[in-house]
Amino acid sequence: MAAIAPQTLEEKPVAVESQSKSITLRISKFNPKTESNRNFVDFTIPYKKWTTVLDAILVVKENFDHSVGVRYSCRQSSCGSCGMKINGKPALACYTKISELNSNTITVEPMDNFPIIRDLVVSFERMFSAHKKLKPYIISEDSEITKDTKEFLQTPEDVEKYLQFSNCIKCGLCNSACPTMATDSSFIGPQALAQAYRYVADNRDKGKNDRLKIIDDSHGIWRCHFAGSCSKVCPKGVDPAMAIQLLRGYLLGFRK
Amino acid sequence: MEKQTNREGIKGWLNPTRYGIERFAYWLMRLTGLGLLAYFVAHIIETSTIVDGKDAWDKMLELTQTTEGHIILALVIGMSVFHTVNGIRVMLGQGGIGVGKPGRPDYPYNKPASLNNKHKLCIYASIGLAALAMLYGLQVMFGV
Amino acid sequence: MRESVVMKIHYGTALGAVALVAIHILFRMTQNFADSLEFESVIANYEFLPYALLLEVILVLISIHGFNGLRVILLELRQGRTYEKAVTYGCIAAMAAVIIYGSRTILIAGMGIV
Repeated sequence: MAAIAPQTLEEKPVAVESQSKSITLRISKFNPKTESNRNFVDFTIPYKKWTTVLDAILVVKENFDHSVGVRYSCRQSSCGSCGMKINGKPALACYTKISELNSNTITVEPMDNFPIIRDLVVSFERMFSAHKKLKPYIISEDSEITKDTKEFLQTPEDVEKYLQFSNCIKCGLCNSACPTMATDSSFIGPQALAQAYRYVADNRDKGKNDRLKIIDDSHGIWRCHFAGSCSKVCPKGVDPAMAIQLLRGYLLGFRK
Repeated sequence: MEKQTNREGIKGWLNPTRYGIERFAYWLMRLTGLGLLAYFVAHIIETSTIVDGKDAWDKMLELTQTTEGHIILALVIGMSVFHTVNGIRVMLGQGGIGVGKPGRPDYPYNKPASLNNKHKLCIYASIGLAALAMLYGLQVMFGV
Repeated sequence: MRESVVMKIHYGTALGAVALVAIHILFRMTQNFADSLEFESVIANYEFLPYALLLEVILVLISIHGFNGLRVILLELRQGRTYEKAVTYGCIAAMAAVIIYGSRTILIAGMGIV
């Protein structure tokens, strides 16, 4: 791991408003195709109370090093693109304010437990394939689009049974924080398991048995040990740990 | 391989400080489990000396009934109590008991219902009970 | 065997072991701790059939629970068909070895052959 000399806005004058407060942003740079080790490059970045980590990274891209690889889109924690490790913990860069980190140095790295594409960008291929494997859609032989039928009605109570789990934006933070994911490359992961529960809890769905069969595997739901780290880092209140334990209740016979 | 997959590896288990008391309990549960299994196997071996007669048994007692032996036994007592109490908590949680009810999540979404105070209290209680049991064990063994 | 069945056994053996180990420990506390470990006292315990049976059940329950716990940890540590098979069969073999070795002690001491 090598650190490159810090760059500041003073060294390279650009049209950025001068600020009284500044932080050192340490960005992990690594291209697995061409490099064998990760480097950290330091930048001194001015910030305001509302500046997010993503804003700071974009200042770097605009003024110092446009080659920094970062994936982002909505900038409002809706798309799930900008997940990364910020000061050692997985978080969304657009949802994390620098002022709330209480640190003069902010280190950003790619999320653990995902293969690195370049710099801060990781591959979601395996997470998406685990998600698809658990049939993330309503399974029902009935259709609400035939002529003589009405839409499937649900009471607000019915909706509340799965609503919070449908908040998942597939950012991968839960999989990155999970201790089992840290070593088990075959584990389905908290993201996919929570989504399995989202559909099992939906009273329009009839695919419960199919999904339970898939997760009742040696690298399925039983490899979760309720460490709760997934729920701790979830930026959308999905609470995958709760979903997994409720889902396991069906397999243990506590729930029907 | 690790570099390609970017997995945290075993250090992901070993650093229990980043994600709160629940992650600490996970780590301690694993550690005490391994410790208890090692003790169990050792206990089977040490007690098997009884089949070789009184001399062999007394020789084994001489080795184990020492200050170090008593301290190890006190640690085993602590590990058993923590593993039992926390194990019951995890078992209940894994059956979906005490993990909260799904609802409409509210911004800023930083209080997951599954990581509730009931569970935190159980974890602290299991650590506290383990410490008390260790003290009691030491008192019995050293006959203070 | 489905993993849910294995884990139900894991939980069941845990609960059983907790109850029975409590009785086992209480037996050590019916008298002074050091006295309870005297050769004659321990032999008397083994020769008392209900207690010998209790030890046998504890031996089986903890062996199953402990070695399945070890299997779980090892399965999470590394993956691969050969490795996973080796872990599963290795843990079953270790469990059987401990049960056989412990049962031999209970049997010999219980029958008064010592």
